[in-house]
Amino acid sequence: MATPIIELQGITKTFGTGAGAVTALKDVDLTIYEGEIFGVIGLSGAGKSTLVRCINLLEKPTAGKVIVNGQELTALSQKELREQRRSIGMIFQGFNLLMQRSVLDNVCFPLELCGVGRKEARVKAQKLLERVGLESKKDAYPAQLSGGQMQRVAIARALATDPKVLLCDEATSALDPTTTLSILDLLKELNRELNVTVVIITHEMKVVEAVCNRVAILADNKIEELGTVEEIFRQPKSLAARQLIVPGSQAPSRESFGAGRFWRLTFDGSEKTEQPLVAEMVLRTGAPVNIVFADTRALNGRIYGQMILQLPENELAVTEMGRYLTESGVSFEEVI
Amino acid sequence: MQLTEMLSLIVKGFWETLYMTLGSTIVAYALGLPLGLLLVLTDPKGLKPMPVFNRVLGIVINLLRSVPFIILLVWVMPVTRAIMGTTIGSKATLVPLFIAAAPFIARMVESSAREVNQGVIEAAQAMGASPWEILVKVILPEAKPSLIVGAAIAVTTILGYSAMAGIVGGGGLGAIAINYGYYRSNSNVMLVMVVLLVLIVQVFQEVGTRIAQRLDRRIRERD
Repeated sequence: MATPIIELQGITKTFGTGAGAVTALKDVDLTIYEGEIFGVIGLSGAGKSTLVRCINLLEKPTAGKVIVNGQELTALSQKELREQRRSIGMIFQGFNLLMQRSVLDNVCFPLELCGVGRKEARVKAQKLLERVGLESKKDAYPAQLSGGQMQRVAIARALATDPKVLLCDEATSALDPTTTLSILDLLKELNRELNVTVVIITHEMKVVEAVCNRVAILADNKIEELGTVEEIFRQPKSLAARQLIVPGSQAPSRESFGAGRFWRLTFDGSEKTEQPLVAEMVLRTGAPVNIVFADTRALNGRIYGQMILQLPENELAVTEMGRYLTESGVSFEEVI
Repeated sequence: MQLTEMLSLIVKGFWETLYMTLGSTIVAYALGLPLGLLLVLTDPKGLKPMPVFNRVLGIVINLLRSVPFIILLVWVMPVTRAIMGTTIGSKATLVPLFIAAAPFIARMVESSAREVNQGVIEAAQAMGASPWEILVKVILPEAKPSLIVGAAIAVTTILGYSAMAGIVGGGGLGAIAINYGYYRSNSNVMLVMVVLLVLIVQVFQEVGTRIAQRLDRRIRERD
């Protein structure tokens, strides 16, 4: 895990010139190691897609160095770059299959570009289709497939040239949750069995949570935070990370609750899942509360998120509850 | 005029029309297809950006396209004479037809090529395809159905132009319509010619559409 395979050094990317110039990336440094599944997460407009396109130079950085597999791509000629791109596979949100070619011929396409003979290419493509579980669809055309199947074909195609790196640009964003999980499982399996380094660009935390070892949080065109997925989840330092990780950042507005008093309880991971906090509080005070909103999740046995409780009318009980929560180390505030 | 005489005239005119239309279309594609692709390729955002060249080519094509065909017919007569040795007959008409059709075809090809999903082109680039490979292995095959529909439109448009050539001594059904129908005020001949031209257009359009549909793999066979 110690050999770097992708190194970005001081990558800046600006689109346009003069007053209309837009900066997509500002002096980004990033090292991804061999065999990792690395996530890059950020809200839209953060520069994620530009970042992944800088890895295979689909976007030429305005400044900085890109080193993949020991080769400084930014120093290569067009021809040499095309050669190197064969060791970097890529899949996309829109699948980007050749619609006029059959599934098998789609997988053959990159082999054709490398000058592999037709027969040999077909044999290899067939094996790859078996690998992604689509051998029965080899003569079908992309338009006849579902989104998940198309992404599997795209993965088979991306792997045809035995790349060391697989770049995934929002590869599951157009898929439903079940299909997303099956594609992520496939990526995980390929990473394990072929030792291909996977870079996943996404705006969904659940994707990172499901497969990534390390994650970089991209906000305002730079890397705000970087670490193992557990670290970032346990203790998100930056605002961007908290926005992405702590669910329920956008709780419903006060007006929607109606009359009464409400408290917002925030769980920052210091509570353990085995502790029946709300139930305990109700038992202790003898007064019921009404959970009007809750968005929490358990990560490594700890609770993150928030919950909004409607308080009983009994003032004494409310005071008691406040004391209990303070004792338990749960921060709470009145929702006004 | 005898009916048999008229019939043989029409048959001759029919073949002349086909000869002029298809002949000039084929030659015009030989120039228009590469020009159309060049327009896409050299676009400032294209695979081989050459903004100045692209601009100049675009202007030249627009200039040629903005000359009304009837005026072009007369203007290019010296060129026609130099190439074909004559300005009369269907063979001579090929020259102005070609000059009018090539820029039109270039624009049709350009629009078909631009329809190809940018993402697919990007995917090919990511796989290490060269601009030439992308052109030959991605853009042309992916645009094929649209190119065929475009060809049907081009043929029918050029057929319309060819009918005008009768005015300056060209051949074909258009010439018969003008010489016998218009100058001699024979409305029956005029009607027959128009009906024939309409039928030819229908056939070309229908054949083009069918071929394009049959070849297009984006259409689901069953759902």
